[in-house]
Amino acid sequence: MHTKTLTELKAGLAAGEFSSRELTEHFLGRIQQFDADINSFVTVTEQQALAQADAADAALAGGKGGLLTGLPIAHKDIFCTEGVRTSCGSKMLDTFIAPYTATVVEKMAAEGAVMLGKTNMDEFAMGSSNETSYYGPVKNPWDRERVPGGSSGGAAACLGARLAPAATGTDTGGSIRQPAALNGITGLKPTYGRVSRWGMIAFASSLDQAGPMGLSAADCALMLQAMAGHDHRDSTSLNEKVDDYLGALNDDIRGLTIGVPEEFFPDTLDGAIADNSREAIRELEKLGAKVVSVSLPSIKLSVPAYYVIAPAEASSNLSRFDGVRFGHRCDDPQDLEDLYKRSRSEGFGDEVKRRILVGTYALSAGYYDAYYRRAQQVRRLIRDDFARAFEKVDVLMGPTAPETAFKLGDKKDDPVSMYMADVFTIGVNLAGLPALSMPTGFIKGLPTGTQVIGNYFREGQILNVAHKYQQATDWHKQAPVLGGAK
Amino acid sequence: MSWEVVIGLEIHVQLNTTSKLFSGSKLSTGAEPNTQASLVDLGMPGTLPVVNREAVRKAALFGLAINADICRHSVFERKNYFYPDLPKGYQTTQLDKPVVGAGEVEIQLESGEKKIVRIHHAHLEEDAGKSLHEDFHGMTGIDLNRAGTPLIEVVTEPDMRNAEEAVAFARKLHAIVTSIGICDGDMSQGNMRFDVNVSIRRPGDALGTRTETKNLNSFRFMERAIKLEVERQIDVLEDGGEIVQETRLYNGDTHTARSMRSKEDANDYRYFPCPDLLPVEITEADLDALKASMPELPDTRKARFLADYQLSEYDADLLSGDLATAAFFEVAAKAGGDAKLAANWVMGELAAKLNAEEKTINDSPVSADQLGQLIARLKDGTISSKIAKQVFEACWAGEGDPDAVIEAKGLKQMSDSGELEKIVDDIIANNAPQVEDYRSSDDAKKKKKIGFFVGQAMKATQGKANPQQLNALLKEKLG
Repeated sequence: MHTKTLTELKAGLAAGEFSSRELTEHFLGRIQQFDADINSFVTVTEQQALAQADAADAALAGGKGGLLTGLPIAHKDIFCTEGVRTSCGSKMLDTFIAPYTATVVEKMAAEGAVMLGKTNMDEFAMGSSNETSYYGPVKNPWDRERVPGGSSGGAAACLGARLAPAATGTDTGGSIRQPAALNGITGLKPTYGRVSRWGMIAFASSLDQAGPMGLSAADCALMLQAMAGHDHRDSTSLNEKVDDYLGALNDDIRGLTIGVPEEFFPDTLDGAIADNSREAIRELEKLGAKVVSVSLPSIKLSVPAYYVIAPAEASSNLSRFDGVRFGHRCDDPQDLEDLYKRSRSEGFGDEVKRRILVGTYALSAGYYDAYYRRAQQVRRLIRDDFARAFEKVDVLMGPTAPETAFKLGDKKDDPVSMYMADVFTIGVNLAGLPALSMPTGFIKGLPTGTQVIGNYFREGQILNVAHKYQQATDWHKQAPVLGGAK
Repeated sequence: MSWEVVIGLEIHVQLNTTSKLFSGSKLSTGAEPNTQASLVDLGMPGTLPVVNREAVRKAALFGLAINADICRHSVFERKNYFYPDLPKGYQTTQLDKPVVGAGEVEIQLESGEKKIVRIHHAHLEEDAGKSLHEDFHGMTGIDLNRAGTPLIEVVTEPDMRNAEEAVAFARKLHAIVTSIGICDGDMSQGNMRFDVNVSIRRPGDALGTRTETKNLNSFRFMERAIKLEVERQIDVLEDGGEIVQETRLYNGDTHTARSMRSKEDANDYRYFPCPDLLPVEITEADLDALKASMPELPDTRKARFLADYQLSEYDADLLSGDLATAAFFEVAAKAGGDAKLAANWVMGELAAKLNAEEKTINDSPVSADQLGQLIARLKDGTISSKIAKQVFEACWAGEGDPDAVIEAKGLKQMSDSGELEKIVDDIIANNAPQVEDYRSSDDAKKKKKIGFFVGQAMKATQGKANPQQLNALLKEKLG
């Protein structure tokens, strides 16, 4: 069952080939068998999953299924889930049982999804390798000595390892797309404001966006159909109608124009990575798409601008973790300052502290104009670059990440090199655009991915392009050999 | 050489919206701690703010009331600092683009002179919770019921030159916000809190270093705190010292103030636009609707009171200032048919009684209609002013409307001359020595001595005799 896509499992459930309980038990079994090694889950909610599966079976029997009824899904541990620990990969929230449920989780549950558990992630979604998690690094299922990417590394790895057929992720600077590329799966970051942020623990509020991760573009379309929509509890969620993503999957792509930004293929880029994405673009050309070269001159400023804006927002967003109302509190505080200092020093890991310090500095008196204001100006330039490109093209394509999965520990002590892992993904967040990463081949046995970027609210078109590509290729069907029973 | 005092105010005005500024929870009304604090108010991870449009409308209405520019796209910012009763670690407030821009308020001084106080701006922000230091030995309790309550902070230019001007401004602001219905104006509940910036200088010099005295919650404390601070600054400078820029706390009970923190300890608040909120849009149509709904402002009301009721400038000023008082007065004046009498009763007997029992006019046991009825009976001669006070007391005690009280207690003035004449005749017959004494006195003495007979008659009628009628009768009979 685990080799099937979510779309196929949905059909199997509908046809009565298996029950949701059987399906759920199968994946719970795989988690038990393989996850001690992969470490993709922080919490497995077995009892709850089985109860939801039984309810789903009853609903299906009564012909009352929703979009996702009976389908097992893993949620990134950044989404609040009532009654279930929501750790955000941090010691700070190791004992935090959320008192309410995030909109994304709620909407998927309303469509009948079965929650398998909560996936591992970089602490507070800060990282590109999943090595900053308090719960230890996630291992890449294609090579257990390598990272799965981050911050949605647990989600991508559990999909790669077929421990779950679908997962949610969040993407602030590439946290869905980069791990998707490194694990050979498909992941979509929607337009900023397409999916509600209510109940999703904030890293950088103006960049954070939740999205689907799955084995195919069609699976992502199915999930996004359930996730997307306006939420009155999130002022930045946009009141824009939700398109029929599933219906658009098979649209004709003949005549579609693909823009290839020259900045996504710099001379310094690994030739194999460049060739791989060019090959994927050629495949779509064969399917009738037109390809033109475009330029995004300001995109080179995206990493520095991002590493001012995101830490600045994070430094403020993470102030609420002060040991007063929830989360880690130091033992025996001597006074208020001691309570703050020790609770935060003990509760946060190094990368989180680094970003709080950087962000605090960037916002401080006398530096605001030089850093934060300037970074916002750069952000506008980047947005304008994309807007100009979209006057001429329908989608933009290029590599998702500059390299395949790197070895655990390789970049842990070199933050700048780590930050460059998101060089192709960050501009999209700064502009608020939707983008997808899909598997487009292997380099030395490791998966690599190509990014499809669309205009605002054109998720349907991106998914359509990726689906057409996946109809013509089978990279997305490749799964790693985990050892033991496959 | 004399010193010139320079005063600027920052006033926190609590808006009387149904719900909080960003969370939708009800405003706290003395509920058990932390029972009116939602997930958003608690700063729970993953929660997000949504702006309360009612609060924005009320802030904009205030802007229109002071002839200020209204910002069409005002922006909320985060003011970052750690404090246990600040759940998110930042206060959501406004800095560069507040809802209300520059405006002005006219005040009238006791001398009758008028003066303009310029408003620099007014911004919307959320209140913090409360830290409770009693009841928890060696610890602090946190109550977040107040967290997220909408405030507007009104910031003046340093236009006031003494405590009296500052108080006149504060009273005027109170009159405006209560008249337009955006604030309940109950100072004892912290509905309005004043921060006072004071500096002194030699006339013509540049502004001196200022201090800020925070959280004054009555006009009287404000006045006393300003005077105290001015004296302190004069002492320091005349002793050759320097004023340190600092925040000070005033204790109204002991009439002392102390330094709370100096500028060096001040936080770097790291303001930046709140990424969870979009700019707040106010359209031309919104403004038109607000203008159309603008209630009567205190200045307009005062002018109307002067014209319609022929009140004195002083009476008109006092009665028009507070919306509840003004409304009470108008009902009583109309029901009673005598504005001057109504004004006297509202500012006299009623105010004294409310004061003594620490009640606001909204809680007055005597309604405006009842007071009006009382005035009507006074005016038509049914009761004397002395009896009127007795009737008022009975109404206050809940014994019913004035007419019912007068009826039940038989307080109707005795105006039947036949009955009164008989009583007077009896008194004269029964008090021969006093009558003799009276008749042998000169006019000046007679004026005094008639009091005895009036007293006897009042006693005999239980105070119901019409005083004018009685006097005339006595004079006639005694000769």
